Amino acid sequence: MNTSITEDSKQTSLFQSKDPLHLTIGLLFITTLLVTLGNLIFPESSALHVSDYTVSLLGKYLCYALLALAVDLVWGYCGILSLGHGAFFTLGGYAMGMYLMRQIGDRGVYGNPELPDFMVFLNWTELPWFWVGSDSIVWMVCMVFLGPGLLAFIFGSLAFRSRVSGVYLSIMTQAMTYALMLAFFRNEMGFGGNNGLTDFKEIFGFSLQSPSTKLGLFIATAIALGLAYCVCHFIVKSKMGRVVTAIRDSENRVRFVGYKPEHYKVWIFVVSAMLAGLAGALYVPQVGIINPGEFSPLNSIEMVIWVAVGGRNSLYGAIIGAIIVSYAKTRFTAIMPEAWLFALGGLFVLVTLLLPKGIAGLIPSIKQKFAKTADPVEAKS
Amino acid sequence: MHRIFLLMLLLVISAQSDALQTDIDVEANSELRALVNQLPNTKLRKMAPLLEKISQTKQPQTRNLLQFMLDGELYFLKSNKQVVRAQVAENKLYQLTDVLTQQSLTDVKKSKLSKIKTNNKLRSSLRSVIAKIDLTDANKQIRLKAVQQLLSSPSKESAAIITELINHEKDQDVKTLMSTTLSLQQLKAGKFEQKIEALEQLSGSLEPTVKNEVVRLLANLPEKELTTQQQTLKDALSHTLDEIENSASFYSAVETVFFGLSLGSVLLLAAIGLAITFGVMGVINMAHGEMIMLGAYTTYVIQLAFPSIIEYSLLIAIPAAFLVSGSVGILIERGVIRFLKGRPLETLLATFGISLILQQLVRTIFSPLNRQVISPEWMSGSWQINPIFSLTFNRLYIILFSIFVFISLLMILKKTSLGLHVRAVSQNRDMARALSIKSDWVDAITFGLGSGIAGVAGVVLSQLTNVGPNLGQAYIIDSFLVVVFGGVGNLWGTLVAAMSLGLTNKFLEPLTGSVLANIIVLVGLVLFIQKRPKGLFPQKGRSAD
Repeated sequence: MNTSITEDSKQTSLFQSKDPLHLTIGLLFITTLLVTLGNLIFPESSALHVSDYTVSLLGKYLCYALLALAVDLVWGYCGILSLGHGAFFTLGGYAMGMYLMRQIGDRGVYGNPELPDFMVFLNWTELPWFWVGSDSIVWMVCMVFLGPGLLAFIFGSLAFRSRVSGVYLSIMTQAMTYALMLAFFRNEMGFGGNNGLTDFKEIFGFSLQSPSTKLGLFIATAIALGLAYCVCHFIVKSKMGRVVTAIRDSENRVRFVGYKPEHYKVWIFVVSAMLAGLAGALYVPQVGIINPGEFSPLNSIEMVIWVAVGGRNSLYGAIIGAIIVSYAKTRFTAIMPEAWLFALGGLFVLVTLLLPKGIAGLIPSIKQKFAKTADPVEAKS
Repeated sequence: MHRIFLLMLLLVISAQSDALQTDIDVEANSELRALVNQLPNTKLRKMAPLLEKISQTKQPQTRNLLQFMLDGELYFLKSNKQVVRAQVAENKLYQLTDVLTQQSLTDVKKSKLSKIKTNNKLRSSLRSVIAKIDLTDANKQIRLKAVQQLLSSPSKESAAIITELINHEKDQDVKTLMSTTLSLQQLKAGKFEQKIEALEQLSGSLEPTVKNEVVRLLANLPEKELTTQQQTLKDALSHTLDEIENSASFYSAVETVFFGLSLGSVLLLAAIGLAITFGVMGVINMAHGEMIMLGAYTTYVIQLAFPSIIEYSLLIAIPAAFLVSGSVGILIERGVIRFLKGRPLETLLATFGISLILQQLVRTIFSPLNRQVISPEWMSGSWQINPIFSLTFNRLYIILFSIFVFISLLMILKKTSLGLHVRAVSQNRDMARALSIKSDWVDAITFGLGSGIAGVAGVVLSQLTNVGPNLGQAYIIDSFLVVVFGGVGNLWGTLVAAMSLGLTNKFLEPLTGSVLANIIVLVGLVLFIQKRPKGLFPQKGRSAD
């Protein structure tokens, strides 16, 4: 086990020397620009036109990419396989959903200016305490980060201090997500129970139905992804990030050298959870609904497979993986829905067996091949 | 009172006629026929003695005859005055049966029939006569049922019958129930002293009728300004009610324990296969839940294939499910898991992928809807221990079966050479190989064993829950937690963990509701494992990570 990890880390450092930061950010910028132009300038008849549907689909993919980045940060760089990132994502989503719910105001079915529809339906007379303040933007932004961050902090400090690691931790995180799912399905929780939060009207005063808002959300997601990428990149490059990577490779040695691995682990876990929460918050206005189904353990594990496909311990790999797998899912569920789970299951098995470093792991070996074939040519000339 | 006297008198007379009777059945039968033939000509007020005589013939048909009369199904043909049982059939015809021989006769119109008339008084004496026949039946169950019938509608007449029969009763259960009925009647209709006495008798009784009566009497007493007698009665009543409620709450606690153990044994069955693959071998198998699901579907297929032997289908399904799930397990081990040795996180992902594929496979083959698995006769029903406490047979069998599985697995690991090899490989693979143990083969067989046990768990679960593609998913998290909670690699730990989780869940349920109980247990477990990562019973020894 140790040998394979040292190989992994060699690969990482080798690859990090060729800094993909500018390339990734640049690509992201160009894509966003092209999509925006395609949506705004070209008429619908043109082949270069990007439809509103595609824009919101791409926006969704970028949310997934941001989420994958969060998973990659803990799994790829710290070796923590979290099956609970779905929970952080959904919590962020609920924080945004609460804000959007309050923005409906008296335009709901029951026309109550203060209470969301489901509370009127349940015969509640006033807002529960945890809904107070949910109509302010500042509070919403705080909750998007604080909710998942706090959960990650509590869970992480308990788990890492008692040195729960590896598979045990994965199962614990899955149990946490499962418990949250059961809890949120209850009407008494005050988050809309089974139906969740939906029927949103507007965000920051812009109608959610209008194409321009959708484009705006897409651009906002792209910017968030870019920023998150930079943050992750600097975390990984920083001295702290190197300690984190060291913990992944051998936690005991790091401890013996004198660091406190649990502090680093909690810290990176919280950062990652906050990124996941941000992804959830950007996701909800684009799909228009958040419900407890998002907590389901399958979702959390799907995130992990994005990263596995794209290549863990490379940040751009996570983005590639999320987009490719989500695109495949969209295509599959449209053409033959029953085959998707076969494909996804097969992907799990094949990637772990044949492609342990993911797509990103292929690139250096291809480069090496090129280098080998190119060298003799150069020598001849 | 008058009627009872009459009854007694009749009894004396019939006792004499008894002596005159010969033992020969034919003769008795012909006597019965003669009596029955008198029915059409007898006037209402002379009917009671005639019925008494009929009941005295003690022929097997007597009870049915009286029951038909009570139900108003007894007619006679106007033409020849033959007594028949008539039931409404199609086309406004009546279907006739001879009351004594049970032979079907040709259907006739209503105009050809005349009903044998009864009135309220007669019906009530019919009831007592029937009750008496039942109460003297040789079968204990019929006697018990008859007493219960009387208990639910106590009356002077029933009290009289019971008083008459109680001393002849040999069976203790029936006797107790009889005296409860008497006391209840005494409580209802007796004088003050009798009431107090009856309450003392009744204080341990769990019959719901008794409780209802006590509550009714309490409610009937005036709130204020009680006389001394009323006050004493009230105290006695509330004392009895307390006693009844005390024993009721005791039995409901026992019942909760039973439900807890039954849930615990389900968890044990689901988790024990995992205790082998995850606990002993250290392989994370996220497809374990799907092995359970495959077992449940095997039961379904077996019932589908052999519909004629539903009664024995479970007995066939258990080995079949073991083989199906076991071989799928071996396939998974050979095909995927062995290539991922020492990479637990990758194993987790790959087996999760397999679980998705298996789920979808079942969905494609059997449809995503739940399938119906039939419970055989011997699994249904319950063991009535007392009126408010019964154990259902299916849960009882499941508890016993899970213990059986647990012990056999323990024996396999402790006493067989396979078990020795498994333990050797799990403790030190290289050394085991050096001692010429085929570690690959042992891995495959162990994995097959764990998966096979999961399949057997599926057979059991098919009796309790819906069989659908998501059956396994519901148990995978619970199973992992049970194994981790109990301490990895420790079968006894798994037993204790499963049972204590089942009990906790069932004791929390009345307080919080089942979903919240589930959440509390999950959160509690997560917190516990943070505190003690090695579980309840950690494995001894030093293992470096």
